[in-house]
Amino acid sequence: MLDQSIASPALPERLAAALPVSVSACFQCKKCSSGCPLTFAMDLLPDRVIRLVLLGQEEQLLRCRTIWVCSSCETCTTRCPNGIDIAGTMDWLKEEALKRGFASQPGVARFHQTFLDTVRLSGGRLSEPLLLGLYQLKSGETLKKIKSGAIWGELRLGWQLARRGRLLPQLPRRLKGAREINEIFAQAKKRE
Amino acid sequence: MKVTYYPGCSLEGTAIDYAASIGAVAGLLGLTLEELEDWNCCGATAAHSVNHQLSLALPARNLALAESAGRDVVVPCALCFNRLKAADKALKGPEGERLGLAYKGGLKIWDLLDYLTQEPFLSALAPKVVRPLADLKAVCYYGCLVARPPAVTDKADFENPRNMERLLQVLGAHPLDWSYKTDCCGAGLAVARPDLIDTLVQRLYERALRAGAECFVVSCQMCQANLDLPQERISKKFGRDYYLPVLYFTELIGLALGHPEVEKWLRGHLVDPLPLLRRKGLVE
Repeated sequence: MLDQSIASPALPERLAAALPVSVSACFQCKKCSSGCPLTFAMDLLPDRVIRLVLLGQEEQLLRCRTIWVCSSCETCTTRCPNGIDIAGTMDWLKEEALKRGFASQPGVARFHQTFLDTVRLSGGRLSEPLLLGLYQLKSGETLKKIKSGAIWGELRLGWQLARRGRLLPQLPRRLKGAREINEIFAQAKKRE
Repeated sequence: MKVTYYPGCSLEGTAIDYAASIGAVAGLLGLTLEELEDWNCCGATAAHSVNHQLSLALPARNLALAESAGRDVVVPCALCFNRLKAADKALKGPEGERLGLAYKGGLKIWDLLDYLTQEPFLSALAPKVVRPLADLKAVCYYGCLVARPPAVTDKADFENPRNMERLLQVLGAHPLDWSYKTDCCGAGLAVARPDLIDTLVQRLYERALRAGAECFVVSCQMCQANLDLPQERISKKFGRDYYLPVLYFTELIGLALGHPEVEKWLRGHLVDPLPLLRRKGLVE
């Protein structure tokens, strides 16, 4: 709910520093929400997200499900008549939510983080089997999946891909620029 | 003709079938794909979602490598294409100065479908068709990121692209009209939230069938995997026996031009396209 007492009036300005067009350009036409394919899974419609940014409702935004189930399809950004980067706003909020420990969809956040860890660990290119293995290990849901039987479907899919040579458990070779890549990751970590 | 080729990580893994068909089709069209030496991951959805710095710095290294080669860059993966374009735009502005990169920004970055459907290629293709894909009813599915957002992709037809349909016509197939060609399939959420994929992808199956399609044609390996791999699961969940093979446009070029390895590529799919293609008399 809207709570003026906890509003962060600086939120739109902080976001404006990261995006080319300020969210204050929004005139609530709702084209973003009309075209969004994932509204069925959202708790706040995309136009509401933009409105709540303007109203400085930071905590509600950082806790919401919407930013994580957004698939980054860029339909909203494409269709905004005022040029607001709505999908970019979702990304900015995701990064901020993670920094402050608010990720409401830990599975999605863990997938993104595991993806980047895997690129670093495998020396600059993504190893898909390593990503899937690490994600499974970190999810802490393996037991649950064994009990529900869901694990068999996943293993079967993995086997079907492996049989076709599409999921080979080998690490990509180390790149010549491996040190450079390490440095890129180290710099990004420093800025967090 | 020679271009710099940036395959992206999945073309060395789950999409090696796509990679093989691309190599073969380039050969048929006299195009030399010079793989970018020592390329790295573009950071994909993960980087732009949770680490803005990495989302620029990872593709920036590739752009700097490509710039020294000096040729146009061609990218088969929609996501890689989008991230390289986004970095290219961002690095020309103040972000480039902040990152302190020596990238001048003179590169032309193409997605593979756009590159291969330029008029000279289509004209060169037509006389080479030995097995017209007659009566193959297909919906072209472009997905999101080769088209959107146009400020990044520089595309004119971002709501209603038609170059894949034009290609299919040249190959003798029958592309169908439908309204979902750039609707999202949700591939980025496929591992963490497969339940969302079921809803998004089942909608695409239904709309494709309603248009009269027998198969999808795609240019993005994320879309291919996301429409192909869960088809059995989605069929069970919704109690319908979907059979909609998901073909790469490069596989159809190979098929129409009589490349001998087409069946090998097609065997990489989970939804086996061979029964459909046999029925149409396109494979033995």
